[in-house]
Amino acid sequence: MIPEMIDDFMLRALTAGIGVAVVAAPLGCFVVWRRMAYFGATLAHSALLGVALGLVLSLDLTLGVVISSVAVTLLVALFQRQRLIGSDTLLGILAHSGLAVGLVALSFLHGVRVDLMTYLFGDVLAVSATEIAWIYGGGALVLATLALIWRPLLALTIHEELARAEGVPALRIQIAFMLTLAIAVAIAMKVVGVLLIISLLIIPAAAARGLSRTPEQMAILATAAGALSVLGGLFASLQWDTPSGPSIVVVATVLFALGLAAGAVRRRAQN
Amino acid sequence: MTGDGPALGPPEPLESPKPVEPLVRASAVDLRIGRTRILEHVDIAVDAGEIVTLVGPNGAGKSSLVRVILGLLKPSGGTVWRKPGLRVGYLPQALSLDPVLPITVRRLLALAGSGTAAKIGPALAEVGAEELADRALHDLSGGELQRVMLARALLRDPDLLVLDEPLRGIDLGGQLALYDLIGRLRRRRGIGVLMISHDLHVVMAATDRVVCLNHHVCCSGAPEAVSRSPEYAALFGAAAARQLAVYAHQHDHGHDLHGHVVDMAAAGGQR
Repeated sequence: MIPEMIDDFMLRALTAGIGVAVVAAPLGCFVVWRRMAYFGATLAHSALLGVALGLVLSLDLTLGVVISSVAVTLLVALFQRQRLIGSDTLLGILAHSGLAVGLVALSFLHGVRVDLMTYLFGDVLAVSATEIAWIYGGGALVLATLALIWRPLLALTIHEELARAEGVPALRIQIAFMLTLAIAVAIAMKVVGVLLIISLLIIPAAAARGLSRTPEQMAILATAAGALSVLGGLFASLQWDTPSGPSIVVVATVLFALGLAAGAVRRRAQN
Repeated sequence: MTGDGPALGPPEPLESPKPVEPLVRASAVDLRIGRTRILEHVDIAVDAGEIVTLVGPNGAGKSSLVRVILGLLKPSGGTVWRKPGLRVGYLPQALSLDPVLPITVRRLLALAGSGTAAKIGPALAEVGAEELADRALHDLSGGELQRVMLARALLRDPDLLVLDEPLRGIDLGGQLALYDLIGRLRRRRGIGVLMISHDLHVVMAATDRVVCLNHHVCCSGAPEAVSRSPEYAALFGAAAARQLAVYAHQHDHGHDLHGHVVDMAAAGGQR
């Protein structure tokens, strides 16, 4: 009876976690390459606002987060036209005001029992079938979009002006990328929570950098590192009864350290 | 053809028969950024098979003009006409690539577009960079990177090559070799070349037409005519103007793109 139950929720957690890791890792490579880590963190933090929105309007919570992420993305794009406030400051304001407003809004919802820790740090062991459907449906959409815009987005990332001179529709590609990022954040929330989503995007990518010679290699290695982090984190969580989201991030960080070391060894061997 | 500069003494020598329609034509282009007037009523055109060099002091608006012509900047007034279906190869100024994105020379060239793997070798050979194919892009020196980016531009099979200070980070011998290469490409492929330079010494040898820009077109025409014009002397000083006239006859040997000394007669024979 009990082993069966473990099997069931472990299987669901693994399905959800690995699904999210596989979506987040290649996207995270672009976050790393384009130095958008802070933008990703802003999306993630303000996702709490989306949770509040979902609860108030009794929408699906993932849908609420998609809506808030898209709104934040458009807000950032709008504010980038002005130059009096630096983009890091702007993102800092949006990230933490999003989190704060979300927390305040949740405190008003007396009728609803809200487990804040679930949203902040994730609870993949309690993932539902609907959420898994969101992860795989949204994830497929994200990966299909990314595959479609891979070459122009890469060209823009390597040298934006050059790509634009060669006719790459920069604005459309960038907005498509930011929207896929917004969807990825929404589906990753359940697994690692709003405070740790960004780590699932950037840590596997950073772990893969030292071992990669081409962008595609880095994306594949990052995907493997992300999936391994979920696998390792979930088993550690089961073994030692540690919180699942943070355990996944800890494993990812260990992989990052190993990746750094392996990269250094490889470079020394080449020289 | 290039507008409001005063007529110069001797007529332009006819070096190549010119087709009726230019590749690009900017007419009466004004560009203001804030209250600063960057470009005032600039006319310029580049024909197929023609090498046009923009010279002018720092801050004269050379890069801005190029960016207007490429469609990267919207002019505040005037029009820019590009031949329909024009394929542009662009070499931006002071290229620097971010090492957070891993990419090899070969992969970069494969991403350039129509380039099949088979075309990459010849394109690199054309710019004397075949040994760089498997190097990481961010490990290249300035001159190596310029040559790789030129190979990339050529892979796109351009009608018009736009080079913004292509000589930066290349020693004098390498500069002459690069000009020589550009001249050969023009003859072999019949492409038009628009080039920015403030390396006044080297400009003249391989240019059909010099356009001297200081927010407006000061003077334009064949290199010898421009270097003798009073507007040019006023802009760069009489000494610089004299130096140019002398320079073309100074060297008794050349350098290949690696900076090795080559016998000019033998090198000429090879070509």
